[in-house]
Amino acid sequence: MADQAHNAQPSSVDGQTRRDFLLYATSAVGAVGTGIALWPFVHSMNPAADTLALSTTDVDISAIKPGQSVTVVWRGKPVFVRRRLPEEVAVAEQVNISELREPQKDSERAKKPEWLILIGVCTHLGCVPLGQKPADPKGEFGGWFCPCHGSHYDTSGRIRKGPAPANLPVPPYQFTSDTTVRIG
Amino acid sequence: MSDFKSNNKVVNWVEERLPIFSMMQHSAIEYPTPRNLNYWWNFGSLAAVMLIIMILTGLFLAMNYSSHTSLAFDSVERIMRDVNYGWLLRYLHANGASMFFILVYIHIFRGLYYGSYKAPREILWFLGIAIFLAMMATGFMGYVLPWGQMSFWGATVITNLFSAFPVVGDFIVTLLWGGFSVDNPTLNRFFALHFLLPFVIVGLVGMHVWALHTVKSNNPLGIDMKGPQDSIPFHPYYTIKDLYGVSLFMMFYLAVVFWAPNFFGEPDNYIPANPMVTPPHIVPEWYYLPFYAILRAFTMDLWIIPAKLQGVLAMFAAILILFALPWLDSSKVRSAKFRPLYRQFFWLFLVDCLILGYVGGKPAEGILIKVGQFCTAYYFGHFLVILPLLARIEKPKPLPASISQPVIKAAALGLMILVGLAGFTGQAQASGGEGPALKKPDAGFSWEGVFGRYDRPTLKRGWQVFHDVCSACHSMKLVAYRNLADIGFTADEIKEIAAEKEVQDGPNDEGAMFMRPARASDRIVAPFANEKAAMAANGGALPPDLSLMNKARTNGPYYVYSLMLGYEDAAPEGHPIPEGKSFNHYFPGNAISMPMVVSDDIVTYADGTKATKEQISKDVVTFLNWAAEPELDARKGMGAKVMIFLAVLTALLYALKRQIWKDVH
Ligand code: FES
Repeated sequence: MADQAHNAQPSSVDGQTRRDFLLYATSAVGAVGTGIALWPFVHSMNPAADTLALSTTDVDISAIKPGQSVTVVWRGKPVFVRRRLPEEVAVAEQVNISELREPQKDSERAKKPEWLILIGVCTHLGCVPLGQKPADPKGEFGGWFCPCHGSHYDTSGRIRKGPAPANLPVPPYQFTSDTTVRIG
Repeated sequence: MSDFKSNNKVVNWVEERLPIFSMMQHSAIEYPTPRNLNYWWNFGSLAAVMLIIMILTGLFLAMNYSSHTSLAFDSVERIMRDVNYGWLLRYLHANGASMFFILVYIHIFRGLYYGSYKAPREILWFLGIAIFLAMMATGFMGYVLPWGQMSFWGATVITNLFSAFPVVGDFIVTLLWGGFSVDNPTLNRFFALHFLLPFVIVGLVGMHVWALHTVKSNNPLGIDMKGPQDSIPFHPYYTIKDLYGVSLFMMFYLAVVFWAPNFFGEPDNYIPANPMVTPPHIVPEWYYLPFYAILRAFTMDLWIIPAKLQGVLAMFAAILILFALPWLDSSKVRSAKFRPLYRQFFWLFLVDCLILGYVGGKPAEGILIKVGQFCTAYYFGHFLVILPLLARIEKPKPLPASISQPVIKAAALGLMILVGLAGFTGQAQASGGEGPALKKPDAGFSWEGVFGRYDRPTLKRGWQVFHDVCSACHSMKLVAYRNLADIGFTADEIKEIAAEKEVQDGPNDEGAMFMRPARASDRIVAPFANEKAAMAANGGALPPDLSLMNKARTNGPYYVYSLMLGYEDAAPEGHPIPEGKSFNHYFPGNAISMPMVVSDDIVTYADGTKATKEQISKDVVTFLNWAAEPELDARKGMGAKVMIFLAVLTALLYALKRQIWKDVH
């Protein structure tokens, strides 16, 4: 080794600077290039164009009676559509929102008070809360109850008790006619 | 190994428990390497880089691939069209396989030229052959996965090889298939094995490198390193030289990926697998062609050995004979530099392999059969007769005393191999393509050439032709209405276009299926409910799906363009055409079921362009090309940026390499 080592020594101080400069420049360019080259690999794991395009679901709401709920699939997740009774709406509207974990008025959450549309995924760790079927427990606030770790949601789908940090989210939707709603 | 010392406590703590730092120091930094290695010694590290790229791209492709016969083809097309950068990953992977073989073949022939298989490097050589065999198996199974026509028929032919063996043959074949033909079980197990084998290759490569580091590198002079003056440490000298080589190679590899991604592929593989119809020429991937030629060279039954078995045995023997090479060639001199006779026979052998490759890519007809047989005989003669004889009769030139004496460069040699290789791979392409010379539009197509892009107005007109004329009979299943945004339609226009057609949806709450207007996210609605309905409505002939038409025919765009304009009103003298068919100059066999549809003014262009039949054909071919290669603009755009980047990087690496090496030369 010892007698080869001198080979690695540049012949002058000038050469040393030039070599250092080249080394840093090349390493920098190479590192940037490798970094950029990784992006296509990572991005290929994001939703593909066809997945993104399948983002609307039409729901026929004509058959839903007051007090009833249906569950539909939107983007692979359950969406709750509940036709609320007037008293449920009234309870939801009377809540003092400053006491809520995520303060939101009921009117911000339902375009037509009668229809409440929510993504049925608990904001804690992703279970589907109970409360869609008549026999289901609806929790202490008459909305939904998540059995996984005990989160209670009210008749506006707002978190009232339990570990979940936020209200059940409202998906984008519009009423395309009196009897259909398009989610997404 | 024990001389490793560090000032870092953590490093020392790890080192005492797992001597990984001293191992790296020993085998990647200090590792004494002959100082005279030429650029042919770059190909080993290049192949290792290629292996890593193959595993990475393969991993991410596997995340989006479905190994079921009913989904495989479409899932590959979904990767090409919908998965983010999916086209890039797939083209990197598909062309990467060819690159891997190019690199490994050069690496093998370098070993043959410089006698790298001789003592004490026999095990190193064996491991290399094992890697080559594993690569062949992996490449073969990978080619089956897209489930196109070549995939299916390649799998059928290659698995049937095993049926040649007496007694156990049929048992083996059934076992490979998991059924009575190549089918879903076969595809599934090939996918599983295609995923596994690369990691076996990684293991073999590890052993290959281990053996290399035990016996040390051979070198262009083929003489042993006699002392420290003959060697230099691997780092920085060969790390920088290898990196420079990688950068140069990437330019070549990526140029293919961005500008000629289907160069090594077969158009037939863009047609979904059909167990009822074999394509006219089935050819394996180019890297198997020499062995394919050997397989076909045996045409006469001999005593109890049928020709089929002879061919199969010869094909396996052609590879296995490499294991005996260290003993067949018993000359004590390694490098062909000092073996005047061997050097000439080396080149003859290389030429022989190239001719075998050429023959393997052509239909087995006429003189080529004899050529293939002669070259097969020569192939084995080289190993079994010429090499043992040479070792006896050749008088080697005197060997230099040590490596540090100056050595000659091998630029001419490099050129020859590259030229040979170019001819070889070009050959794999040239199969098919008989028939009259194809027509081309006067001004060419806008998307051709290095900088060519799609012309939006042409695409829009082409869509109009497809929509008004072609789509009455032809489907385009792989393209969705939303994709039309790409050629300049607004979201509202797309909604309107989609809503012209109805698709089945459901079941609704009553459990009934119902029809609804198509949406942007739906695929272009086919004119017929299924293939049988399409055939019934078209006199028994199935109008092919047009999604991939331009890629699924040799010289696709020109072929389709010519076909549109190649009709005759009446069949010429001496070319009788059956009832209900039309005469077309460019259709194989001339009798085509599709009537002449393109004529002047068959459409009225929304943009006022005059609808001559040439204009119409050009427009629709442009649209079809977009349907087949929607990624083309993005691909070439990215290619230009990548090339500029690589040019800068390569220049920097070259300058750095010169700095580092300047005191050695
Ligand atoms: S997931 Fe609902 S409470 Fe934990």
